[in-house]
Amino acid sequence: MNLFGEAFGWILDPANWQGSSSIGGAILLHLYYTFVSVLVASAIAIPVGYLIGHTGRGREVAVAISGAARALPSFGLILLLVLVLGVTRTAVGAFIAFVILGIPSILAGAYSGLQAIDRRTVDAARAVGMSEWQILTKVEIPLGLPLLVGGLRSAVLQIVATVALAGYVNLGGLGFFIVQGIPLRDYSQILGGAILIIVLAFLLDAVFGLLANAVRPKGLDTRKTRSRASRPAAAVDTPTT
Amino acid sequence: MTWVLENLGLIGSLSLEHLRLSVLPIVVGFVLAIPLGWLAWRYKLTRGLILTVTGLLYTIPSLALFALLPPLIGTSFLSESNVTIALTIYAVAIMARAAADAFGSVDAGVRQSATAMGYSPWRRFWGVEFPLAGPVLLAGLRVVAVSTIALVTVGALLGIDSLGYLFTNGFQRRIVEEILAGVVMTMVVALVIDGLLVLLGRALMPWTRGHPTKVSRRSPVPNAVSTGISPDGGGS
Repeated sequence: MNLFGEAFGWILDPANWQGSSSIGGAILLHLYYTFVSVLVASAIAIPVGYLIGHTGRGREVAVAISGAARALPSFGLILLLVLVLGVTRTAVGAFIAFVILGIPSILAGAYSGLQAIDRRTVDAARAVGMSEWQILTKVEIPLGLPLLVGGLRSAVLQIVATVALAGYVNLGGLGFFIVQGIPLRDYSQILGGAILIIVLAFLLDAVFGLLANAVRPKGLDTRKTRSRASRPAAAVDTPTT
Repeated sequence: MTWVLENLGLIGSLSLEHLRLSVLPIVVGFVLAIPLGWLAWRYKLTRGLILTVTGLLYTIPSLALFALLPPLIGTSFLSESNVTIALTIYAVAIMARAAADAFGSVDAGVRQSATAMGYSPWRRFWGVEFPLAGPVLLAGLRVVAVSTIALVTVGALLGIDSLGYLFTNGFQRRIVEEILAGVVMTMVVALVIDGLLVLLGRALMPWTRGHPTKVSRRSPVPNAVSTGISPDGGGS
């Protein structure tokens, strides 16, 4: 337990909040990598997910992608892309890896959000004369938001964890403290870095938890949504199926 | 291909080592998660508690958990048991939720019929509920297996040899092929284990053979969104 005291001592030591590898800078960098990657991944995955969810076509492909993504070792993917693109473009290689790892959850959140909607609701919208575009923007997207936010939450946590691994390729971020501390056997720094990463992950998780509640349309039966939300969707129909 | 051909022995032995590191967390995680999942399904109080705690555990990024365990359980920072225990924690966290859903997927009418026929709760569990929860349990176990196998590679950062060794070694020696071999082999090991689990499921649950997709689609299993591989998922 004494190690924890030393770890908190390391976190609170003002000397560690200054200079080129300060804790504050690492936190900001970690958040920066995470949010930019999630934005890029969303720009790719949300339109595709909505297309799949609205037309009902291509679901098998999406399921296969998320299944294969689960087997993909993210640490290996980062090192592979960084090495292929060259050390001068480390950040680009790592960003591509983060985006690739963020896409499957967002894709699953987008299309399963649309697919979880009661077909009768969509039929009713069509029957009152809404165009396909109106159905998508006024009915399907609002009703699918809670699941989309769930997908974004998964992607953010996945990327926060992966950015930590990027400490190995000198990309900075909070993982660097752990990676740097291992050869130095600086346990207070290793543990301090780990605590900061965990706190960051918990905070982001909490923010998305609140967001998921905030976007739930009024009048939506939450119990029903939940039981529908727990359909296997992408995740569980893993690779071979 | 030259690097791969010259190092087939190394790739083979690392694959076996990788498998050895993965099996214990998968098996222990499954066994521990069954009673937890049952408690989460059966009682409201334990449900909230178990689902909250497993949700939080699953949110912890893998590298941080590997680093957090040694002072908590008194192991060395470079000990293999950190990786084994961390992966078991993730396995329990995913599997307990899947198990809770699995027991919830058993038809209440079937359960009542078993009781009416004189099954004791213990016999009813093993004779009726557990087998009928099987397809959903299997779906959860497949997620656990594949993500555990991907996560083992992170241990390479702490010097725990698995196929992840090819990542760090290949990066230091700047051999793209070596890293690629590690990535591909990790996915191959995951696919093989996943395939074996599917076959095992068919052998143990012959009634699912005819329409496997139907069963898995209906089963209320956590999807990518609710439990997914969020935290650190797919393998960070």
